[in-house]
Amino acid sequence: MSELPLSATVDAALQAAPATKARGYWATVGRRIRRDKVSMACALVLLLIFLSAVLAPWLGLEDPYKGSMIRRLRHIGTSGYPLGTDELGRDMLARLVYGGRLSLVIGILPVILAFCIGTSLGLVAGYVGGKLNTAIMRTIDVFYAFPSVLLAIAISGALGAGILNSIVSLTVVFVPQITRVAESVTTGVRNMDFVDAARASGAGPFTIMRVHILGNVLGSIFVYATSLISVSMILAAGLSFLGLGTKPPEPEWGLMLNTLRTAIYVNPWVAALPGAMIFAVSICFNLLSDGLRSAMDIRN
Amino acid sequence: MLYSRKQPLIRRLRATFSHKGRRKKEPNVFAYIARRIVYVVPIVISVALVCFLLVHITPGDPLVAVLPADASQELAAQLRAAYGFDRPLPVQFGLWLMRALHGDLGNSIATGRPVLAEVMRAVGNTVTLAIAAAIIGFTMGILLGLIAGYFRETWIDKLATSFAIAGVSVPHYWLGMVLVIIFSVELNWLPAVGAGSGGSTAWAWDWEHLRYLVLPAITTSVIPMGIVTRTVRALTGDILSQDFVEALRAKGLHETGVFRHVIKNAAPTALAVMGLQLGYMLGGSILIETVFSWPGSGFLLNSAIFQRDLPLLQGTILILALFFVFLNLLVDIAQAAIDPRIKRG
Repeated sequence: MSELPLSATVDAALQAAPATKARGYWATVGRRIRRDKVSMACALVLLLIFLSAVLAPWLGLEDPYKGSMIRRLRHIGTSGYPLGTDELGRDMLARLVYGGRLSLVIGILPVILAFCIGTSLGLVAGYVGGKLNTAIMRTIDVFYAFPSVLLAIAISGALGAGILNSIVSLTVVFVPQITRVAESVTTGVRNMDFVDAARASGAGPFTIMRVHILGNVLGSIFVYATSLISVSMILAAGLSFLGLGTKPPEPEWGLMLNTLRTAIYVNPWVAALPGAMIFAVSICFNLLSDGLRSAMDIRN
Repeated sequence: MLYSRKQPLIRRLRATFSHKGRRKKEPNVFAYIARRIVYVVPIVISVALVCFLLVHITPGDPLVAVLPADASQELAAQLRAAYGFDRPLPVQFGLWLMRALHGDLGNSIATGRPVLAEVMRAVGNTVTLAIAAAIIGFTMGILLGLIAGYFRETWIDKLATSFAIAGVSVPHYWLGMVLVIIFSVELNWLPAVGAGSGGSTAWAWDWEHLRYLVLPAITTSVIPMGIVTRTVRALTGDILSQDFVEALRAKGLHETGVFRHVIKNAAPTALAVMGLQLGYMLGGSILIETVFSWPGSGFLLNSAIFQRDLPLLQGTILILALFFVFLNLLVDIAQAAIDPRIKRG
């Protein structure tokens, strides 16, 4: 009984063998990461959190804004409120699910913006070199003189509370880091023969950067950027926790943690729930980024 | 070529290995250190510029916190002139920088006291917290990293690595809350907030005060613990896979002896990472200090932000950033001094 499937697998493998040669880099990376159980588990958890945040209005949850003075701070497991209620009597489950919407946006958007800006800056600095490189990189150095938490809080604190301001301040924090990585990988690629060949065949600097260099450096920059998402999630929620990001009554994990802080003597574990969500998302992104990095390191 | 062939081999060897031969390389390190110190000057000026501009990106009038709501136009103009806000920006920056160089960062709007004195008092508490956290985090990180790197790909390695990843992924302000819930609310073992009797100024190294330090220090230590573990693990793994370790083992060196070589080789990089982490702990303590109401620079910064106390905000950020810049400088110098392999062109 067990022999038949085995021989079928061998046949399939033999048939697949010629295809292995033709498989491209990204297909190999994809195959390697699909085999990585930890990465796949993290991807699944993230997918669930994303989907529930996007589909929140259709999940049949309570209204996350509707409070009630008589059912404040119910414990986890109360009937009707599986995760209890917050300090204003609002359903915690609904607020955690809805909270994902803002929390994920303010955590991930700065990294995406910084990825676009930082890659462009680093590419230009690395490819053009010379005075322009010095100008860009020395400006970047100034931002490295601040610890990232301090820089984010300084900019947010000066601009004032608000979602937009917190996204701006986090973007400013991540642009220098991504620029530095982009510049160093671009400098490594720009003197390679294929770039010279492209230049000799008449390609302009913009075409060379877009077609020949970007494709070779984007992977490394992308992996670096994914590793920043975890930090960004923690910092974005941290800004809201300090009162510098989202404003009440919006459900957002960092802000929920802040407002529930007063309730830790009454109902401690409900107060800790929003932080557990931030932790889950942050650790999943970290593990996924690690998995992606080792999957892309084909040489090993 | 001709010259060296004429010289006897023994003299050539002596020239290579004697102190005289080595001393020739030393000016390189000093030149590097001198250049590194000079390079700090433009960085410090730029940092000051960023801090100066922070006040000017604030929406609205920077005078809004000092002006009474019903202030007349003349009073506003008078105050603007008194604070120098009516002059062009570069002039304002020059004046501010000159005053800052003389240790005058202005007065706090909320308390009226000099900003520098306020910040320096708070920084002392932050340094206490950072050092306590560094002792915990670095010890744990080095131990876990060495063990994980030595027992690579075993369950011990996986356990240590998961611990490290959890450390760098955890929102530390939340961890602080969880620790308060466990040790203050549920068990009632340790105090939840503050720095003990005597407030922010009367810190002492006795248990009465140290009790207050335990939870914030553990909370602060998790990120450096995670990062140091990962660094030391990678370094240990790299060094153990090098040929010279094979040679050491082949000549019959005991494993503890091999370990000594590993530590020696990993030390410069690990020290650099730890120095940076110390800087991050000093500068990034605001969230933890807010959770624990720890009377340090972060707590001060938090109140400056919410009272719109702009001189205090500016001064605190400037001083914390300068701490970070100088710590980075020290790390680079220390690394150049202890690592004989370092070649700075």
